[in-house]
Amino acid sequence: MIRYAFKRLWLGAIIISVAMMMMFAMVYLIPGDPASVALGPRATPEMMEALRVRMGLDQPVWRQFLHFYGSVLRGDLGTEVLSNRPVLDVVMEQLPFTLALVVGGITWSVALGIPLGCIAAVRRGGFVDQVIGVLSVAMIAVPSFVVAIYSLLVFAVALQWLPAIGAGEPGDLASRLQHLILPSLAVGLGWIGYISRMVRASMLETLEASHIRTARAFGLTEHRIVYTYALRIAVLPTITLLGVGIGHMLSSSVFAEIVFARPGIGKLVYEAISVRNYPIVSGAVLVTTVFFVLVNVAADILVGLLDPRVRSSFN
Amino acid sequence: MMWRTVRRIMREPLGAIGLTLVTVVVLSAVFASALTSYAPSKISPAERFAPPSLLHLLGTDHLGRDLLTRVLYGGRVALLIALGATAVSLVVGVVLGLIAGYGPRWLDNVLLLIFDAVKSFPTVMLALTLVTLFGPSLYAVVLVVMLVNVPGYARIIRTQTLVLKSAEHVMAARSMGASAGRILRVHILPNIIGPILILISMDIPVVVAIEAGMSFLGLGVRPPTPSWGAILNDGFANIRDSYWIVIAGGLPIVLTTLGFTFFGETLRDLFDPRLKGRS
Repeated sequence: MIRYAFKRLWLGAIIISVAMMMMFAMVYLIPGDPASVALGPRATPEMMEALRVRMGLDQPVWRQFLHFYGSVLRGDLGTEVLSNRPVLDVVMEQLPFTLALVVGGITWSVALGIPLGCIAAVRRGGFVDQVIGVLSVAMIAVPSFVVAIYSLLVFAVALQWLPAIGAGEPGDLASRLQHLILPSLAVGLGWIGYISRMVRASMLETLEASHIRTARAFGLTEHRIVYTYALRIAVLPTITLLGVGIGHMLSSSVFAEIVFARPGIGKLVYEAISVRNYPIVSGAVLVTTVFFVLVNVAADILVGLLDPRVRSSFN
Repeated sequence: MMWRTVRRIMREPLGAIGLTLVTVVVLSAVFASALTSYAPSKISPAERFAPPSLLHLLGTDHLGRDLLTRVLYGGRVALLIALGATAVSLVVGVVLGLIAGYGPRWLDNVLLLIFDAVKSFPTVMLALTLVTLFGPSLYAVVLVVMLVNVPGYARIIRTQTLVLKSAEHVMAARSMGASAGRILRVHILPNIIGPILILISMDIPVVVAIEAGMSFLGLGVRPPTPSWGAILNDGFANIRDSYWIVIAGGLPIVLTTLGFTFFGETLRDLFDPRLKGRS
């Protein structure tokens, strides 16, 4: 198990460093000098030169590259040019809002996806199963930004049941949660579909297993068999799926944050782009990527712990 | 052959809905100019924010442009980008996949690592970064689509190539002295194109969503080119007073993604159930 975990972590570390390399290459490829872009057209040559030295742009490429790696490993993502604050601080300030959104999305998808999948598996081939099947595909297919806008239109603008903008009053949990309902639905809706399909498939497989046959032979009720004995095994693949899902939810949270005018990483990056604030963009993308890779590694290790078959297939 | 396929698809409820939607979307995009008498970018200030009426079935936007017209022409943009970007990513994916599957072991490992690294970027973050670098444009959209699709295509091609590499007919060809290029072209490629076509039909809605999403953020095609995402963006700014604009922008996106997904799912279930676990 430890060997498996190490292998998985090692792979994660390699992926992150390749991702860092690509980030560096991208910033290096930017048409135009980052310093002149940061200072705008009215900068004097002296100001430009000073900033170039501060940003290390006067060094040869390989030195810049090593410097970039070194400072990232020390947790230094550079300084924001405009406010002179460390990029990491700016990003970390926004991260909790985005994480709340992702957790909300997971809650929606698990709370609705698992029961739907179970019901579909129990009613296999029937009308209910077909309806759930079509619904699941539909939820997967419709892009999250359309869901965000339409739910804003229906529940916030037309019906006025829920607030339309912001993240709620700081310190007031009820208001925070209320502001979370619609955006997290937009983020999680597609994953309700994915999870219900996944649970249905693995539930059908599990119901064929011999220990379930034994439980049937003992005369346990079908309800008890499905929800107590089979579900425990059938939800396992959901964990890996959620590992992937978190990455996708991070993506769709960008839209949810913009549509519902919520603070968060997505909104931060989006706004940084319009003012060409590169350090914020690359810093936020890097933090998100590292987070995404770590979640995936954690999900894989968790599944490895729960299911020994996965461990051996990895070697 | 083709009619038999169509009939098989139409017999499945999901396939019937999907194929119908796809046909409607494609036809309305192709015949856009015949279906409406307005021009997509014609501004008429007198008719700003007109709600849906017989004159303007979907209403007009903040510049008085007929929304139905913009939706129809936006379909052209969406479908052309979807087809073009998918075709480009397919070519790149096939080439990289063949190289990874048939080439030396170390190259295979390097390519796999790159695929994994590219996939480890959350899509929207990737799109935002690329737009920061190259500015908003059609090419940025195509580039994002490629980066999202190529790793998946290449991986599948690679696996299939690895399987076929040791198949008897490939061994026979090699022992008769066929070059690597000939083996790949004549003996391997034709055998892996089927599953790829099914994957493409399932990826088109993803590409449509990427284009619309980027245009919604103002990072995709430039105005005044009609795009469903851009209509959504126009409508979002006026969502409190003129609800019909977001409805006009979102509905074609919903119908198109649903149509192609239903269609693709049915194709896959009918012709290649092995791919089922992939999504």
